[in-house]
Amino acid sequence: MAKTLYDKLWESHVVRDNGDGTCLLYIDRHLVHEVTSPQAFEGLRLAGRKPWRVDANLATPDHNVPTTDRAQGISDPVARLQVETLETNCRDFNITEFTMDDIRQGIVHVISPEQGATLPGMTLVCGDSHTSTHGALGALAFGIGTSEVEHVLATQCLVQKKSKSMLVKVEGETPDAVTGKDIILAIIEKIGTAGGTGYAIEFAGKAIRDLSIEGRMTLCNMAIEAGARAGMVAVDDKTIEYVKGRPYAPSAAMWEQAVADWKNLVSDSDAIFDKVIELDVEQMQPMVTWGTSPEMVTSISGSVPAVKSFTDTVKQEGVNAALNYMGLEENTAISDIYLDKVFIGSCTNSRIEDLRAAAAVAKGRKVAANIKLAMVVPGSGLVKQQAEREGLDKIFIEAGFEWREPGCSMCLAMNADKLEAGERCASTSNRNFEGRQGQGGRTHLVSPAMAAAAAVKGHFVDVRKL
Amino acid sequence: MEKLNTVEGIVAPMDRPNVDTDAIIPKQFLKSIKRSGFGPNLFDEWRYLDHGEPGMDNSGRPLNPDFVLNQPRYAGANILIARENFGCGSSREHAPWALLDYGFRVVIAPSYADIFFNNCFKNGILPIVLSENEVDSIFSEIAATEGYQLKVDLSAQTITKPGGDVLHFEVDEFRKHCLINGLDDIGMTLEHIDDIKAYEQQRAKQAPWLFS
Ligand code: SF4
Repeated sequence: MAKTLYDKLWESHVVRDNGDGTCLLYIDRHLVHEVTSPQAFEGLRLAGRKPWRVDANLATPDHNVPTTDRAQGISDPVARLQVETLETNCRDFNITEFTMDDIRQGIVHVISPEQGATLPGMTLVCGDSHTSTHGALGALAFGIGTSEVEHVLATQCLVQKKSKSMLVKVEGETPDAVTGKDIILAIIEKIGTAGGTGYAIEFAGKAIRDLSIEGRMTLCNMAIEAGARAGMVAVDDKTIEYVKGRPYAPSAAMWEQAVADWKNLVSDSDAIFDKVIELDVEQMQPMVTWGTSPEMVTSISGSVPAVKSFTDTVKQEGVNAALNYMGLEENTAISDIYLDKVFIGSCTNSRIEDLRAAAAVAKGRKVAANIKLAMVVPGSGLVKQQAEREGLDKIFIEAGFEWREPGCSMCLAMNADKLEAGERCASTSNRNFEGRQGQGGRTHLVSPAMAAAAAVKGHFVDVRKL
Repeated sequence: MEKLNTVEGIVAPMDRPNVDTDAIIPKQFLKSIKRSGFGPNLFDEWRYLDHGEPGMDNSGRPLNPDFVLNQPRYAGANILIARENFGCGSSREHAPWALLDYGFRVVIAPSYADIFFNNCFKNGILPIVLSENEVDSIFSEIAATEGYQLKVDLSAQTITKPGGDVLHFEVDEFRKHCLINGLDDIGMTLEHIDDIKAYEQQRAKQAPWLFS
């Protein structure tokens, strides 16, 4: 029978069918960070258990680390304790950790692909919902809770129910300045934040194949924002090219064997999906969110909607509340929205390609006077190093951006980087929820080039018309 | 997970409906890196007269003398009885962790919030559902009898009262099996060690790069 990519990934990892609709699924890679792992390690200790396969785990602190002077250590005692606890746990159980002073440290979802620790055909989990990112490489990747983190540590397996399958097909020639970020925001606009609930999404079509691997990671990263625990893209030459030569990737004879295997990681042409969604990229423009959910989004040439334009009264209430929170008037042109801060970073958009796109816009320009802070936070130490090699840091600094150390930073404001109440921010991250970037803070999600353009103009602008 | 078959002991009466997880363990304690040690902060806001923060020395804090768990007659209680919709609110696993750490192994109520109910079984606590009437009569009996104890027998699915009266309760067979044998989800999975090992061996042949 014809199979989807998801079927193939699922079936190759079933250890046992429990006969009650659940399966015991084998997990090839487990990523660990400081916030969701401490109780899991403690649970292991209390039960006298050990990690099943130490080498399947890779750890790094990211949520709580400071993005300024690392030599000072972490000043917040609670954050420091979490980071130190991760170090102790990794040391005690022999798990590889890229600590704060390691050049390979960074956001889990950036470092794992970068190291080749995410490979096509793998099952990969992490105590973090944006684990869907890794599906960009033809892997089955999803976020889990603390109990499940412990379960994976102890057994290398999870008890899972198979999801339904959804194919999101994006066809056409991608217009200039339309990125993976804009495509996923357009998809969420179309299907809604619950549209993918209960599904594993495969993204396909010419526009997806035309994306770089970084762009596909941005896309899959936000599959969870469409409600889907997992998003994925079939393996092609770009995938294999991307993985080649990375530290954790196979080499020599094993490489050939792996590549032969990975070439099968595509949906069969006659495979049947439970649901199919089609979009045309040629109609798309750079996107900007205006509300407090990623589905509250429109294009740069659009405006904030009128409450009445929604028929459903529950929706109307939601939009009303969002506009209130965001401090926006109905029918305001998106390009008339002025900003206080700009954040370029997060596991959605902090890879080298993202920084290049932002730097290309920032080059030779200056951050507008009304912008209080424009910051660039690379996704990993290696991304930072590469960017500095290319001189991107100088471009940013000359333009008036701050150039920071890698971590989650203002994506969730667990460290010192946050918005003050009422501040408005153009952000390349993935969630514009109330209070996400700081209590009372107002977030607009955009691509890196659009964020940089907003920084130099002080308001949103179509980067193509800069 | 600790096995649970029979539990006999003092019953503490929590005479309120809708006791939510934030009451069971207030949110400031979620910053903790541990899953044990929540016992002293169980029902923190009701139990102490001051505001609790993680890291405080709880032994020196002023107790609320009116709060049920602070009354000497309920010292050492290992069974908690409450009114309907116990454990509503967030999905935090810290709520059963706190109850367990305090020493409760059994909760009795007419109804529970779903996630909390599941989380109890995952963490070695037996949540028993009794009818409003049965719960009501236990509340009155506790009030009338100092040192009131119950005996819970999970295998037999019975609760024996001090006078010898026996109440019956329902429990899902699978969950009963897990509790009696001390099997948490991990324990259950580890019952299939051979399957996991066989899978790894076969997979290592097909895809050796995943194991090198
Ligand atoms: S960058 Fe943001 S979304 Fe990504 S892992 Fe960190 S906190 Fe989560």
